[in-house]
Amino acid sequence: MTATAARSGLIACSLCGLLNARPHRHAGMKLRCARCGSVLYLRKPHSVERCWALLIAAYVLYLPANLLPVLETAKLGERQWDTIMSGVLQLLHDGAWPLALVILIASICVPFAKLSSLTFLLVSVRSGSPADRVLRARLHRLLNFIGRWSLVDIYVGGLLVGLVRFEPVAVISPGPGAIAFGAVVVLTMLASQSFDPRLLWDAGGQDIRG
Amino acid sequence: MRAGRTSVAEDQQRGRDIPEALPEATAGERRWHWVLLIWVVPVAAVLIGAWLAARGILNQGPTVVVSFKTGTGLEAGKTRVKYKDVDIGTVRSIGLSQDRSTVLVEAELTPQAKGLIGDDTRFWVVRPRITGGHAFGLGTILSGAYIALDPGKSPPSSRRIFQGLETPPVVPADAPGRQFVLHADSLGSLDIGSPVYFRRVRVGQTVSAELDSDGNGVTFRIFVDAPYDRYVSGATRFWNASGVDFSADSTGFHLETESLASVVIGGVAFQTPPEAAPAAPAPPNTRFELFDNREAAFKQPATVKDTYILHFRQSLRGLNVGSPVDFRGVVIGEVARISLDYDRARPDLRPVVEINIYPERITSRLRRRGAANETSIRAQTLQRFINRGLRAQLRTGNLVTGQLYISLDFFPNTQPVRVVSRSEEPLEIPTVPGGLEEIQNSLTALLQKLDKIPLDEMAGDLRDSARNLQLALSEISRLVSRFDDQIAPELVSTLQQARGAIEQAQGALSQDAPLQGDLHGTLREVTRAAESIRSLADYLERHPESLLRGKREERAP
Repeated sequence: MTATAARSGLIACSLCGLLNARPHRHAGMKLRCARCGSVLYLRKPHSVERCWALLIAAYVLYLPANLLPVLETAKLGERQWDTIMSGVLQLLHDGAWPLALVILIASICVPFAKLSSLTFLLVSVRSGSPADRVLRARLHRLLNFIGRWSLVDIYVGGLLVGLVRFEPVAVISPGPGAIAFGAVVVLTMLASQSFDPRLLWDAGGQDIRG
Repeated sequence: MRAGRTSVAEDQQRGRDIPEALPEATAGERRWHWVLLIWVVPVAAVLIGAWLAARGILNQGPTVVVSFKTGTGLEAGKTRVKYKDVDIGTVRSIGLSQDRSTVLVEAELTPQAKGLIGDDTRFWVVRPRITGGHAFGLGTILSGAYIALDPGKSPPSSRRIFQGLETPPVVPADAPGRQFVLHADSLGSLDIGSPVYFRRVRVGQTVSAELDSDGNGVTFRIFVDAPYDRYVSGATRFWNASGVDFSADSTGFHLETESLASVVIGGVAFQTPPEAAPAAPAPPNTRFELFDNREAAFKQPATVKDTYILHFRQSLRGLNVGSPVDFRGVVIGEVARISLDYDRARPDLRPVVEINIYPERITSRLRRRGAANETSIRAQTLQRFINRGLRAQLRTGNLVTGQLYISLDFFPNTQPVRVVSRSEEPLEIPTVPGGLEEIQNSLTALLQKLDKIPLDEMAGDLRDSARNLQLALSEISRLVSRFDDQIAPELVSTLQQARGAIEQAQGALSQDAPLQGDLHGTLREVTRAAESIRSLADYLERHPESLLRGKREERAP
């Protein structure tokens, strides 16, 4: 049994970093930092539930994000709707395979990887297995790192919509899939944000949550 | 590194308890946490997802398969399906049918097109096309061919396999107007899309033209646009207004055209005869006869006809079947048959003409009498007419073309003829020679009269007269020569004497002639005498007493 701050009756402020001492009777009470007054908690409250909820929402929207058209291109009266996958295939067909690869990875593989790795983390926390905790922590760090790049597609799409607007000749407008895709990205970011990585280390027998 | 930090914490744990110096967190009332609120997010996501899915399924338009003979200009994923030039779908795939005879085009339509697809929906490919003076689908030169559809009139159905039209339908199914069926002997210069004219206004077009199954004619379907379709009633006549109709008959030369456009591309015209009673518009698909020309169309309908025969004794060259039979200029019938009749009694061959008289054209009480058609009654009527002198006569209608026609008229000075009424044979109307025959007869008579003139005697007389004339002329010449010999010299001497007299007169009258000088002196004397008389008169006026006392001495003042 290793000594932790929690076990020693200490609680750190996540905002200013001050180490506070927990009062003796604090069950059901809301603790605030003695210095900055922000709410103190040993673990993010309801982190797992929150994470699950957002994750499920992301899963649900992941389907329309990939099935519905993301961009609608109209050139010379000819309209074309492209889903992410058809866009990739189109690029591949046109011979721009590096670009196709980038979009394939950034828009299809990465979101899916994020979703599945978050699921994996949550499941592992629930089961309380202590195995590979360091590896899982590394996965979590990777998740947070990648998260900020996930919106590249939406960004590019938004740029195109804004740039290509020669009314009768060519118009690009976002399709319903773009909104779903953006929602997926935001939801996964929120989910990974609401996941408290300290839970990983709690899996070891003692329940020190609350 | 992590391991290191852990060891520090362990040291601390081992070393001592909670440091006193650490500030204690302030404890406050914990408020209710809306933890469950976070589950709204996935529920909302599910709802949105479900909605999107439902919309996707509902928005799935019908997929139709249309077969065409060729796939010219069609491209999978690119060719559009349009209705009224509005995109309602895209061609998904193009393939061949099982037997490879047709091209199967699978098109995915938008959901809004669901209501357009019925059992009689027609599909065709719009390509650039130029027919009948019109150009169609020129826009497709740039944009490429597209598939157009015409929804038809039947309600939307689940039929999804269609046979495409190879040529665009001439009239869209929803066009207001009515279709009529025309029957003609031949196609003429008409074609699908040929215009239909009403008083030279283009009011419709030919939709189809096909040979009858028995091969005895051509059946047209024409479409007359609303509101002009109401001008088509049961009594309306249709005729072929194609091209130029040039005809020469006993009434002269005719040149008829509808309009320049119809001269080039042909057309159908219709009109209701003015004498027809106003009737309700004809129901759709009414059958009409398509006449060859306007004249034929406007001929009175010959539903009732009486046949008569005429025997002529002259050449019938110039008389044709169809030549008019008129009565004082009104056409009341036409020649039905021309043949030769063998007269056994004479024996002789006579030309016989069968004519049809249309009693309907004779607006009389005759028509109303039901029994008028019976031969015996007709014979009686005819007998009355013949007694008044009714005869048939061949007349020349047109001197240039030599066309003949038959004229019925009253000739009061003719011999009475009895009408022979035999029920199985048409009644005969007696004839009188006429036309060229008449001229011929007159000429003969004239020649005969000429023949009677005693030309030989006349020539003898003429010769005697000429001789007498010669004698008279020689007499005259003798007279003239005598005049030359005797009278002329005397005349010359007389003239010379006359000239001498005139010269003498001239000498007497000239300025320096003595007569002239004497005359001058005398006149001067007379003037002087006159002056003396005037001075005497003056003196006497002043001194009238001098007449008595004599001239007084002038006293010097």
